[in-house]
Amino acid sequence: MMGFVTKRVLSAVPVLLMVVVIVFLVLRLSPGDPAAMIAGPNASGDQLAELRESMGLNRPLLEQFFLWFGGLLQGDFGTSLISGKPVAELIGDRIGPTLWLSLVTIVIAVAVALPVGVIAAWQQGKWVDRLVMAASVLGFSVPVFIIGYVMILVFARILGWFPVQGYKPPSAGLWEFFSRLVLPAVALSFPYIALIARIVRTNVIEVMGEDYIRTARAKGQTERGVLTQHALRNAAVPIVTIIGVSIAMLISGVVVTESVFNIPGLGRLMLEAVLARDYTVIQAVILLFSTIYVFINLAVDLLYGLFDPRIRY
Amino acid sequence: MTRETAPPTTGLPTSGLPATGLPANGLPPEPLALPDMAEAGNASGARALIAGVLSSWPARISAAVLALIVAMAVTAPLLGTVDPVQLDPSIRLQAPSAAHWLGTDSFGRDMYSRIVYGARVSLAVGAGTAIAAIAFGIFFGVLTGYFAWADIIVMRFMDGLMAIPGILLAIALVAISGATITTVLIAIAIPEIPRVARMVRSVILGVRNEPYVEAASVLGTGTLQMIWRHLLPNTVAPLIVQGTYIFASAIMTESILSFLGAGVPPETPSWGNMMADGRVYFLLKPELILYPGVMVSLTVLSVNLLGDVLRDRLDPRMAKRL
Repeated sequence: MMGFVTKRVLSAVPVLLMVVVIVFLVLRLSPGDPAAMIAGPNASGDQLAELRESMGLNRPLLEQFFLWFGGLLQGDFGTSLISGKPVAELIGDRIGPTLWLSLVTIVIAVAVALPVGVIAAWQQGKWVDRLVMAASVLGFSVPVFIIGYVMILVFARILGWFPVQGYKPPSAGLWEFFSRLVLPAVALSFPYIALIARIVRTNVIEVMGEDYIRTARAKGQTERGVLTQHALRNAAVPIVTIIGVSIAMLISGVVVTESVFNIPGLGRLMLEAVLARDYTVIQAVILLFSTIYVFINLAVDLLYGLFDPRIRY
Repeated sequence: MTRETAPPTTGLPTSGLPATGLPANGLPPEPLALPDMAEAGNASGARALIAGVLSSWPARISAAVLALIVAMAVTAPLLGTVDPVQLDPSIRLQAPSAAHWLGTDSFGRDMYSRIVYGARVSLAVGAGTAIAAIAFGIFFGVLTGYFAWADIIVMRFMDGLMAIPGILLAIALVAISGATITTVLIAIAIPEIPRVARMVRSVILGVRNEPYVEAASVLGTGTLQMIWRHLLPNTVAPLIVQGTYIFASAIMTESILSFLGAGVPPETPSWGNMMADGRVYFLLKPELILYPGVMVSLTVLSVNLLGDVLRDRLDPRMAKRL
């Protein structure tokens, strides 16, 4: 077991290294001069040269890379080119709303998708199942921001149940906090409900054909018991995977949702940085999201080993 | 136990649900299966395939909707449209009228014309992205599947690329390289390439040791001929399926990028841009966002549905799993 864990953890290292290299290259090798973009069209040649000097852009590419990478290893994400604040501080200020939004979204998605998927599998081929399958394609196909705007229109504007936009931290009171988080979280959860419900359905259907299900029924287990105790448990590995994948993907869906609902999280930070060409912030946010992605997938793989001892690499 | 153990996830994860727009193929990673012979026979004739795909009602309706949208894009100037970029602040935010069938936006531009011309941008970006991603995906897939020396380096790179959230990478690429349709297309295609490459690679690894490939090798078939005649044909069916999903997700991603202000140039009549412009006036005039939103959803929905049907016919093993 330990060998498996070590091996899997170590395999994440080259991936992370590659991410660092790619993020660096993408920003440095793309056409377009960061200094010129920051300085604006009216900057003189001297000003440009000075800016390049201060940004370290006139050093050799390799040196720039190792300077930046060395900083990263020491936990130094650099300072914002625009505000001059440390990037780590900016991220720290904005990470709260993003984490809350992601957490509430994934809880909603799993809470809805698990029963829906199991019921669809149980009623395979009947109208409930068809409805679920049809709704899931719809969930994949409607952009999250459309769902978001429709929900704002219906629940905030017409019915007046929730505030239209904004964010309040949990310290502002539970209702203040949740009433602003419900709509964005529900809107963002749609594609993940669709995705998870489909995977649950497929895998439960597959498991329902197994001998031990017949045995469970034969010994008088109730249908509910068969579904929850036998089918769902044995279908757990792919379901856990897809939940992990959903969490990993969720992180970028957050960018759009934060923008629609005016939530001051990491997604908005990224967009603001992009509009202001704040390269150090862009790099840091992409790197952070990618690292989270790699670690979630690592966690999912390790969970595999827990759920199904047969799996070893 | 007949159930397969879960496929090993290599260094990196899984499937390609880009960002927020999710294509329907969010599968756990798995080596793609080859279509079995009966299915391959089925797929060999394009006509038979089309007839097969169109045998169900959802597929027929999706195909009809898609055909309508394509027709709309092609014949845009003939559909009673006016110049979609012509500004006229004196008639901004008007209700539908005889002159402006769907009213006007916050700059006084004709909504109907912008919707119709928007189909051009969306379809062009969708098709362009799918073609670019598949072309580069085939290149890297063959490189890594057939040439062992390339495998380690290139696949590590691809793993790294897959770990970066596609939408963030695209936003950054567009922001840095400037907002043009070409940059948007490239920015959306790049995150898709690793997934295509992985699929092509796994198919090629799967058939490399087949007797017919060995036979061809013994007969002295050249490398290019081998790849072209004996290996690549196996990837056609899964590529059609994957290409369809990329097409759908690219349309979605373009609308997201444009909506966030990191997409095609702001004056371009694209559905994403229309929604971006409509944000400020949304509570006043929701249709500014809803009309283009419905168009994006309809297009993506019909492509996804067709993709599901294509997958069922072309890729039976994958179809069984989802």
